[in-house]
Amino acid sequence: MTAADLASADLRAAVDALPPARPARATAALTGLGVALVAVAVVSAGVGQMNLSPAEVWHVLAAQLGFDWGTPSAHPNAEAVLLSVRFPRVALAALAGAGLGTAGALMQGVFGNPLAEPGVIGVSAGAAAAACGYIALGSQGAGPWGAALFAFAGGLGTTFLVYALSRSGGRTEVVTLVLTGIAVNAVAGAAIALFTFLADTAAREEIIFWQLGSLNGTRWAYVAIAAPIVTVAVALASTLARKLDLLSLGERSARHLGVDVERLRVVVIVLVAAMTAAAVAFCGIIAFVGLVVPHLVRLALGPGHRVLLPASALGGAVLLMTADVVARTAVDYADLPIGMLTSLVGGPFFFYLLRRSRRQAGGWA
Amino acid sequence: MTRRPAPSAVAPPLQARGVSYSVGATAILRDVDLRVGPGELIALAGPNGAGKSTLLGVLAGDLRPCAGTVTLGGTAVHGIGVRELARLRAVLLQENRVSFPFTVADVVRMGRAALEEDPAADDAAVAAALAATDTLHLAGRRFPSLSGGEKARVSFARTLAQDAAILLLDEPTAALDIRHQELVMGLARRCADRGKSVVAVLHDLSLAAAWADRLALLGDGRLVAAGPVAEVATADALSELYEHPVAVVPDPVTGLPVIMPRRGALTCVR
Repeated sequence: MTAADLASADLRAAVDALPPARPARATAALTGLGVALVAVAVVSAGVGQMNLSPAEVWHVLAAQLGFDWGTPSAHPNAEAVLLSVRFPRVALAALAGAGLGTAGALMQGVFGNPLAEPGVIGVSAGAAAAACGYIALGSQGAGPWGAALFAFAGGLGTTFLVYALSRSGGRTEVVTLVLTGIAVNAVAGAAIALFTFLADTAAREEIIFWQLGSLNGTRWAYVAIAAPIVTVAVALASTLARKLDLLSLGERSARHLGVDVERLRVVVIVLVAAMTAAAVAFCGIIAFVGLVVPHLVRLALGPGHRVLLPASALGGAVLLMTADVVARTAVDYADLPIGMLTSLVGGPFFFYLLRRSRRQAGGWA
Repeated sequence: MTRRPAPSAVAPPLQARGVSYSVGATAILRDVDLRVGPGELIALAGPNGAGKSTLLGVLAGDLRPCAGTVTLGGTAVHGIGVRELARLRAVLLQENRVSFPFTVADVVRMGRAALEEDPAADDAAVAAALAATDTLHLAGRRFPSLSGGEKARVSFARTLAQDAAILLLDEPTAALDIRHQELVMGLARRCADRGKSVVAVLHDLSLAAAWADRLALLGDGRLVAAGPVAEVATADALSELYEHPVAVVPDPVTGLPVIMPRRGALTCVR
């Protein structure tokens, strides 16, 4: 019962029998993901209509920092293309991926359900609807900040709404979650349709480009807005790790262990809305990243949030940058919408998870 | 190996005065008075729907009574912060689910969340709690893969690892076999003997008679009787409370009361 009740030899044996609090491979995996992040970024920046080798990309990157590394490129425009087109695009892919991966992990933690995800639940759609409203009806004076702010407000409202609607007894059952997602996505879809109808031709085109989800045309201004939001939100999220672990015992038990559940909920919802909005405002709706990444991390490294949250951020960034490479190279002279790609892969994956949870739960509940 | 000193903290008294609780128009608790002092193990019993779990929730500070007060060491429970409260009392709920596949050791370690982090002390407390509840061999298993009784014991180990002076246990023995029922109640008894306070909801009145200092009987939201088990658990009182004939016979070996339904008696005493 207490440590004092066991003879010290027995206690030592018992302590030795405990599995480690943090899986040994967690550090290795996080380091690996960090390395992969840099490698994919360098490769991704080189791929496109103007093909540059990683050494050439590395050269331009190092030159910015005042070093003379890598191989100078033969292309006269290499530096200009990288600096003004490729780098912001790669950076935004990484930021959006990190934000969506973390938002998914946070949401699953606070809903106590592994199927929760901003895209599935309709938070992305809610954010998109609000931003569409801004594009269609608002004055464009606020520039990219305006879309980001509206996306944030829309995402925040939708997250609170979904949270309030889909929970009972401190938990969210799968069937409630999915049905709520259908309803919210339907309403947000209708709002987007209405704004598309009301918008003028230029705004309409912008809205359509958005719904597909694309990184095409990323500017540094977007990165400058997304970077602080995502960085701060990911950092704040990682301070919640232990509380989110406790929340998996259920809200009452978490409270018994000293977690201020109401406050935690509000903080998580605001963070999820901020990260989703940062992604949606500049890339459109990119679904399923927040579903696939945390799930794979849990399989490999266990459910503890202290590892899950940073690994989901890194994994999301790597996944979205990789998807962006595919989007740019799969079809010659075409830049496929990245949101379409992630849904193409993520949709079946979601279905597989649904099947699995049905088998485990013995029904749709 | 650093050894934690035996907990010397004596439980502050937990007291409910005139507590009523209702949901909508339905009164679940009516004017309940109960005091739990250090060194006491109180069994809470009564028919289904009598308000046992609600009373436990009120004592735990989860539910705010509609009337009356719950105080812990003289302070209103609601005035104590969640973290501070977690250091004072541990709660075991009837149903214990874990949303993600945490290992058994992880789950028990969560019991240490409100305490200052100290890896050596945490490991020792977790290992000791697992060993005491006969779950050390499950330490590396995933919680959702356990049987009902194993989950109950691991969750009990989590409340032990919390090192709180007050334990509130909702049916800690419901899913357990005979050996583990005795094990868990024996541990609860030992906690009380060390100066902790324990309140346990129990359906098995013989178990209450064997291990508890006092028995509190709830019926329809009221505290029907509270006192030493031998005084409270009479055949007449229990038969009336449960609306079923109940026999109280002395255990042939220990002399402790054994309480069981009288079968074959189809007529209700009413």
